[in-house]
Amino acid sequence: MSNTHSDTVAFVRDTMLPQQEPPSSSVGAVGWMRTNLFSGWFNTVLTIVSLGFIAFILYEILPWLISPTWDGTSLTNCREILAGLGDESGACWGVIRERWQQLMFGFYPSDLYWRPVLAFLLLLVAIAPLLFADYVSPKLIWFSMLYPFLAAWLLWGGAIWAPIFAILGFVVGFVVFRYGSKVILPALALAAGVVAAILWWTAIGPAIEAPLSAAIPIGIESVQSREFGGFMLSITIGVTAIMCSLPIGIVLALGRQSDLLLVKAICVGFIEFIRGVPLITLLFVASVLLNIFLPPGTNFDIILRVMIMVTLFAAAYMAEVIRGGLAALPKGQYEGADSLGLDYWQAQRLIIMPQALKISIPGIVSTFIGVFKDTTLVSIISMFDPIGLSNAIRADTAWNGVYWELFIFIGAVFFVFCFSMSRYSMYLERKLQTGHR
Amino acid sequence: MATLSDPPAESFKLSMLIYDTRYRAVTFQIMALIAFLTLIGWLISNTAQNLADLGKEPSFGFLFEPAGYDINQRLVEYNNQDSHLRAAFVGLLNTLLVAFLGCVTATVIGVIVGVLRLSGNWLVARVMTVYVEMFRNVPVLMWIVLAMAILIESLPAPRDFRGDNATASMSVFDSVAVTNRGVYIPEPLFSRSLGDLPVGGAFNISLDLVAFLVVLAGGLFLSGRIRARADAQQEATGVRPTTWYLRLGAVLVPVIAVLIALGFHLGYPELKGFNFQGGTYMRNSLIALWLALSLYTAAFIAEIVRAGILAISKGQTEAAGALGLRPGRIMSLVILPQALRVIIPPLISNYLNLTKNSSLAIAVGYMDLTGTLMGITLNQTGRELETVLLGMLIYLGISLAISALMNWYNSRVKLVER
Repeated sequence: MSNTHSDTVAFVRDTMLPQQEPPSSSVGAVGWMRTNLFSGWFNTVLTIVSLGFIAFILYEILPWLISPTWDGTSLTNCREILAGLGDESGACWGVIRERWQQLMFGFYPSDLYWRPVLAFLLLLVAIAPLLFADYVSPKLIWFSMLYPFLAAWLLWGGAIWAPIFAILGFVVGFVVFRYGSKVILPALALAAGVVAAILWWTAIGPAIEAPLSAAIPIGIESVQSREFGGFMLSITIGVTAIMCSLPIGIVLALGRQSDLLLVKAICVGFIEFIRGVPLITLLFVASVLLNIFLPPGTNFDIILRVMIMVTLFAAAYMAEVIRGGLAALPKGQYEGADSLGLDYWQAQRLIIMPQALKISIPGIVSTFIGVFKDTTLVSIISMFDPIGLSNAIRADTAWNGVYWELFIFIGAVFFVFCFSMSRYSMYLERKLQTGHR
Repeated sequence: MATLSDPPAESFKLSMLIYDTRYRAVTFQIMALIAFLTLIGWLISNTAQNLADLGKEPSFGFLFEPAGYDINQRLVEYNNQDSHLRAAFVGLLNTLLVAFLGCVTATVIGVIVGVLRLSGNWLVARVMTVYVEMFRNVPVLMWIVLAMAILIESLPAPRDFRGDNATASMSVFDSVAVTNRGVYIPEPLFSRSLGDLPVGGAFNISLDLVAFLVVLAGGLFLSGRIRARADAQQEATGVRPTTWYLRLGAVLVPVIAVLIALGFHLGYPELKGFNFQGGTYMRNSLIALWLALSLYTAAFIAEIVRAGILAISKGQTEAAGALGLRPGRIMSLVILPQALRVIIPPLISNYLNLTKNSSLAIAVGYMDLTGTLMGITLNQTGRELETVLLGMLIYLGISLAISALMNWYNSRVKLVER
């Protein structure tokens, strides 16, 4: 047999051939283009259409964007500059040069611009221990807790005593709670602490504060709320609503999951009502109704009223997001916590919430982004956020007819804020990823 | 042997209300109820006190007084002598109109963009990503105001259409006039009209429209029957009869017949004097709102559709391919029915968001519910409490109705487990 075989097979290869290069059409730039852009007639058509679209957009927009009108003083002036250069059309960037400070700070006194800027920079410092816990000293959290009072003082100004007494109210409440919880049930001690703090803010505090600020008048120039505007206003309202809505949302979500029927009914009613109406109606409530609901003679700041309503609005959405996270948690986690003998609040704090919040990070951040974008609605109740200011600028005779330039600027700033928030949430999700994929 | 005995009967002590878990829940609920009722009572007494100070009596009588203002975009008859209630009703219809138009357009754009974002074509996927990120990260109010500004500033005025050397001209065979005041499109007219049917003396429903819709619904039903028969035949014999021309005919023939019977023709807009006359007039504010809301919501819907398709495991596509299905059928028979279950719940909440965002109409002067009831009516009558509360209740009703409807649909398509 072997003989016949060797006779019929003339040649048997005993070594492997060296590997050949793949054909040049399937590697490198050409290969990439073939697989990603021109695989089949349909994709080729799509590619050509989108290339044409991109080319058209760039051809139309780029010459318009690159227009030397930075020094224009009015729309007519811009057109003259452009006509002098022989261009038919072009952006009029003069409006941004002249008004960018207004778009940023509204009518805030220009010699005090350092205060909102400083408050914003300190905001970055204050949120650093929350955002990048790995890289920042945990002691900085004390600064984060002080920050809200500091920021309010920097923005509104006034005597230094107001923020100090506000902080003291929290201290009083905490002390009462801390010592009360050793004597009575924690929930009752908490209620006692809240009552003590409210007593301090409404009765005891003002009684001491008035003579003290008369004796030692330390303070900075105060700024009225109506002078707030632009992105400063958006950020002030947005950051407050974001920071306050998370804890309120957690409480509402827990209430909605609670076994206590009445508590559950109240929470469900609140959440569904807020989610069922548009934010603008809540802002109407803030601007015309809130003063009617409060004791006669109360007339507190419009920004504060708006902040309250936006916070409540955000909290209802936040509650639903967190409820999703709680529902997604396996039942074994709750049972495991019970079997360890943890009580309700310990279980929530140590087992449930860390996991539920981690699951709901994408939802939480998209709620944050939504709230920040929704702060523009205050322009409808005649506050001067960037959109409100853009209407005012367009009504100015010098800039009547300018709109692309303004909205490109405003849109770009919003984009930077919102896009960086969503990128951060992706980073956080990756960092906290503990599952096996 | 151990004998079981009852534990010693405990006498009830007051402290057990707090320390005994059997009673604690009840205690806390009663405390919560008391706190809640106190809060409500406090708010109501404040309100009553404040209203008394202002000399206002809460009443809804103002709703029946003449409104005294015009609404220029309306679906039903209205003039400024009609009541505030009717003005609010016109506004409500306008809200529903823009919400409906917006939902339909946003769904169409969103599905296309969502599918294209998953396209194997790198360039198309990138272009769609840019669109989605651009619209999602900028406030919707800015898009609405920007759309309005573009329409007002860049479109020709009606006077530009006039004269021998007009700078603007009508588009689509001289039937559509796009001006900076709004868009005029041809209106459907019937020369042998059936007339109107008054409903409760409040508004009229065109019988022509009713006849058209009835015939269309009948045609669609017939088409569905033909499809069901084709399905049955395919089940029985394995061969699917060709039915597309039958189904098309079943829908089109009766509709065309009824249109001819009613003497259907188009009324074209014409330039008369300073403005266009005739045709259906869509104001800029409606178009700007519709455009901005659709494009904004479409960006969110695109992400939902993309997530829904990605949620279906690749094995499903491969298994369907192994069964010999073509790509189009894989999509329509295997992937989409499963993806829909993931897509529908968030889609519902986006429809709700669009409806609620339509209240931003007030920024461009579109007279929706916010613009009429909570806008001009509030300013004219000074009844803040009543108008705002009524407006909120109506929005709440719309939201609950939409979510009930969509939840019913969701429960029909969702996976039925054992």
